[in-house]
Amino acid sequence: MSLPENLKYSKTHEWARLDDDGLVAVGITDHAQELLGDMVFVETPEMGKKLAAGAECAVVESVKAAADVYAPVAGEVAAVNEDLEGAPEKINQDPYGSWIFKLKPDNADDLSGLLGAAQYQALVDSEER
Amino acid sequence: MPFIPHTDDDIRAMLASIGASSLDELFDEIPEELKNGRLDRIPPALCELEVSRLMTERADTDGRYLSFLGAGAYEHHIPAAVWQVANRGEFYSAYTPYQAEASQGTLQMLWEYQSMMTTLTGLDVSNASLYDGASGLAEAVLMAVRSHKSSRRVLMPATVHPHYRNTVGTIVRNQGIELVEVPYCTDCGHTLEEALRRFEGQDFAALVIPQPNFFGVLEPVDALADWAHANRMLAIGLVNPGTLALLKPPGKWGRDGADIAVGDGQPLGVPLSSGGPYFGFMACKQALVRQMPGRIVGRTVDLDGRPGFTLTLQAREQHIRRSKATSNICTNQGLMVTGATIYMSLLGPDGLRRVAARCHANAMALVAKLESIPGVNRLFRGTPMHEAVISLPMPAADALRLLKVQGILGGLDLQPYFPELGSALLVCATETKTEADLARYADNLARIVSKKVDLPPCARKRQA
Repeated sequence: MSLPENLKYSKTHEWARLDDDGLVAVGITDHAQELLGDMVFVETPEMGKKLAAGAECAVVESVKAAADVYAPVAGEVAAVNEDLEGAPEKINQDPYGSWIFKLKPDNADDLSGLLGAAQYQALVDSEER
Repeated sequence: MPFIPHTDDDIRAMLASIGASSLDELFDEIPEELKNGRLDRIPPALCELEVSRLMTERADTDGRYLSFLGAGAYEHHIPAAVWQVANRGEFYSAYTPYQAEASQGTLQMLWEYQSMMTTLTGLDVSNASLYDGASGLAEAVLMAVRSHKSSRRVLMPATVHPHYRNTVGTIVRNQGIELVEVPYCTDCGHTLEEALRRFEGQDFAALVIPQPNFFGVLEPVDALADWAHANRMLAIGLVNPGTLALLKPPGKWGRDGADIAVGDGQPLGVPLSSGGPYFGFMACKQALVRQMPGRIVGRTVDLDGRPGFTLTLQAREQHIRRSKATSNICTNQGLMVTGATIYMSLLGPDGLRRVAARCHANAMALVAKLESIPGVNRLFRGTPMHEAVISLPMPAADALRLLKVQGILGGLDLQPYFPELGSALLVCATETKTEADLARYADNLARIVSKKVDLPPCARKRQA
């Protein structure tokens, strides 16, 4: 399972990345896309929507399941990835390169409350046991 | 996939193989106090002869009438071939098609049904059917609210069938969705664009547009659909599929077409059967397909590249999406849809058009005959499809009772639903009626009404 060190992770299997423009890019982890299987559709959140940390804001639909995606930190939806509309399989092919939405965080420091790579790995291991 | 029952010998052999002495022994883990025991209040079983006799006696109490009753369920001629073919075992007792490799026949038939419904409605996608028209309208309302995302209010014209309005209200009431009534024009009998003006600037998820409406009158669907879209709400067409061969289909209403079309498919080869089962249909624009409830059959290719059919977009349904599913429906009216598909295949677009045209002609002829009776008038100036509302110079309930004695079902008394219309009757004439039938109705009604009309003073003087 691929697990970049420079990203933050949530307990609900999202990854988050604070970019230079101050926005937080969010996607789902390699572990999550593997469990879900071939993606067929991504329902992105509405632009401008204000989200609390942990709020469900997007849906990733595969051939066998439809899973909610949660906001890792509180913020406002500043961008959605339109490439995923015609090519949801990008999430399977490149989970960390395929961000689903970007948030303007209420507080950039909130990211420190998320898990690091090692902690996320431990979480996955405990779930599998 | 045939059903092969066990013989007593089979059962004995299986019990012996697993070392159980009886079938009851397999359930001995259930505590005695939880077992139901004998069902004492159910009478003993009857044999086939006794059951046939009982059902025949009950059916006889229904009577046989010359029917001019419509109001949501219509008497149409069903060619004998329809149910002859639908009664074949392969169709009649086919299992639910979740196992695609064992259900290609059923799935192909449903896919063909869906294709026919998209052509009939002029929209992009159809599902494999819902329970009935009324619950289908409720599903359309829920779908519109989900898609709209901000409003939970829907405009519901008073010209929508009262039973449908009740059903939708029951289903959506506890989900925080408000149905706002739009009054009808008492002169023309349909919804007016002017009546919608007062709602401009407010947030609504959808406008329901019936066509024809409950009074049998044609609504100005282009203007209504355009108004809905101009005011940022969806347009839901509530239509009679039998009339779509003659009328403009919902997908062509206004500039952009209706977004969702629903209704009851009973007119398409489904017998009246004292009220059901019927089936609901739903079609929508491609953009809304992920919000559409119900089963959807798709055509695809298998691993060897050969064409085949399967249920698709299942992640919307409750067995996968659970509480966030588009609906809790996970079935369809397979048998009724089979009948309807065969009916549509046999009639074809030409046949459907001719049936609808004959219904319209018969209704116009009936109304003309009835209007010539002194004291009887057509209410509403709007163009009727195959039903119309007439007013009587006596209580409609009395007229109906007297017609029934003559073996005629005269129509629907509108008093319980629209008391403001006074004594009014909703009458329907389908392609099943002949000139003689129409004359028989008119003659009987004329006789009944004439006995109740007060003669003017000069006539009374002459009699004395």
